[in-house]
Amino acid sequence: MQKAIGVERVVKRYGSFEALKGVSLSITDNEFFTLLGPSGCGKTTLLRSIAGFEDITEGEITLYGSNIAALPPEKRPVNTVFQQYALFPHMSVRDNVEFGLRMRGLPLAERQARAAEMLEMVHLSHFADRLPAQLSGGQQQRVALARALAPRPRVLLLDEPLSALDLKLRQAMRVELKQLQETTAITFVFVTHDQEEALAMSDRIAVMSAGDVQQVGDPRTIYEAPVNRFVADFIGETNVLPATVGAISNGCAEVALAGGRSLTTEAPEGLLPGAHHVSIRPERLSLCEGGEADLTARVERVIYLGTDLQLLARLPDGTGLTMRLQNSARTTLPEQGEEIRLDIEEGAVRLLVD
Amino acid sequence: MAGGAATDSTSSGTSWRRLVLPLLLPSWLVVGIFLLMPVALMAIYSFLAKDFRGGVIWQFSIEAYDQFFLDRGLFGDEPPRPNWAYIAIFWRSIWQAGLATLLCLAIGFPTAWFIATRNPRHRALWIFLITVPYWVNLLIRTVSMRFLLRDQGPFNEALMGIGLIDSPLRIINTDLAVQIGLFYSYLPFMVLPIYAAVERYNFALSEAARDLYAGPWTVLREVVLPSVRPGIVAGCILVFIPSLGAFLAPDLLGGARTYMIGSLIDEQFRGSAGNWPFGSAVAMVLLTMVLAVLLWQARARKAR
Repeated sequence: MQKAIGVERVVKRYGSFEALKGVSLSITDNEFFTLLGPSGCGKTTLLRSIAGFEDITEGEITLYGSNIAALPPEKRPVNTVFQQYALFPHMSVRDNVEFGLRMRGLPLAERQARAAEMLEMVHLSHFADRLPAQLSGGQQQRVALARALAPRPRVLLLDEPLSALDLKLRQAMRVELKQLQETTAITFVFVTHDQEEALAMSDRIAVMSAGDVQQVGDPRTIYEAPVNRFVADFIGETNVLPATVGAISNGCAEVALAGGRSLTTEAPEGLLPGAHHVSIRPERLSLCEGGEADLTARVERVIYLGTDLQLLARLPDGTGLTMRLQNSARTTLPEQGEEIRLDIEEGAVRLLVD
Repeated sequence: MAGGAATDSTSSGTSWRRLVLPLLLPSWLVVGIFLLMPVALMAIYSFLAKDFRGGVIWQFSIEAYDQFFLDRGLFGDEPPRPNWAYIAIFWRSIWQAGLATLLCLAIGFPTAWFIATRNPRHRALWIFLITVPYWVNLLIRTVSMRFLLRDQGPFNEALMGIGLIDSPLRIINTDLAVQIGLFYSYLPFMVLPIYAAVERYNFALSEAARDLYAGPWTVLREVVLPSVRPGIVAGCILVFIPSLGAFLAPDLLGGARTYMIGSLIDEQFRGSAGNWPFGSAVAMVLLTMVLAVLLWQARARKAR
């Protein structure tokens, strides 16, 4: 597993504001890597630093082993797909795609062949002679992709490329982008604030907040084993509940929830007994069908969502709780105000470090 | 309720349409009386005979054009030859105006770029500073320029004061002085339209070009200039055309040898020595040339 991009203790300051607070990351060759976080978390700044549009204040950025932090953007073998595409409005689609090749000094014949191949790949061969303004948003998006991929960069950077598209198109493009990454075998670094997008496409995700990386992992780890409250909250829906940690031994902790019995769960490193929070995903809760219940709660509202039912309930200590139930014929709906007994799926309780 | 609203909007639509003509009438009158009439009057005058005390005699004549294009000798009895004297004046005007345009572009583009890339709150202040000289009449400013550039003026005094030169530089009454005057008078006409174009420019395009391996100068040539081209063209037209017909700068800063079309026309309408039909004819030739340039430019733009 070759390292494609190494980000080492990168700091970016704008005056007294620290946009990146010593970020370190390692992106593997041929990987679909996503930088995920809310706006202002520094993900775009990091991407722009890799592309060369931002001078980093401190740290090092390596590309396949060589330090590129001091190189101007035109000297870096990476290409970018911009948020608003930034297609050259006075050039045809073909000239846009050929631009990078022309700047690289490729001979005309090769340029034309490569541009044709790229347009074929994004299904836009018929539109080669049009101007960008004559294309729809989705088509412009594909031109931007073809233009950035044409010079065969070692790394493709994508800055929220789907955010300007409508929902249907966005969902279709997710699949296409992932396929494109697999067929071209180019390392993709994708920036988004949409966690669903990140989960759907990425090999690995770095969740960022306030200029720092909170957690790096594959989508499943990020979703199922968030390391802290921010990640748990930001990725998907979750219930963050206060809990009291008792004895800790062999990496396992005794956890007591309000209105529930004591459970054993995996303990993160460095955890001390006392008051903490746990995260439980809504879909990991189910109605108890006999035996001892893990939790008891009072139903406040039942929301019918078609495939799912959403239950809003309240624990005895007043904490709100959300749960999702699959809608099936045999589900007996709890009534509003009813006391319900709940089971928590094995391993669904995640202790959070604040 | 909905039906009532629909009827309302239709009726207000038709009443608006009824108002279009009366509302347009004032602007048509202004354009007609103050723009088209003078041009028509000038066109007519150029085909009339001259009156010796200034003014015209209402009698058809192509004497004015004949005088402009052809030289028939002092007594008008020699075989006609092209009149090089007036062609030379035209030629000087064209290259003076062309040079002023290039100079304004060379200085105006970076200026406009600088302003457009400032913090939005500071841009207004910069634009304001650019337009400040326009609060003073052009005549006054040109006279001041004459004062500044003359042999014993502040410019020469300063250069001699610091010991750079021993005797004053001859600037006044030369082509250089006229050029400085034109450049100074029309620079803002270059800055403002380019500023407007650069302000609308999407700087992500520059980043995209850099990202695709274009160096800074290539970005300027391949992406920036084509994008802000309408502003540059507008600026060039706004500088070139008034420079071509300018008469204050050549009159006040230049001498007899730096005659330009504007001074030639101006002279024909002064006192009783003038020749109104000839002045009108020169103005018509100038107008034709300018229209030809504008048409050519419009066609070139259409072809793109």
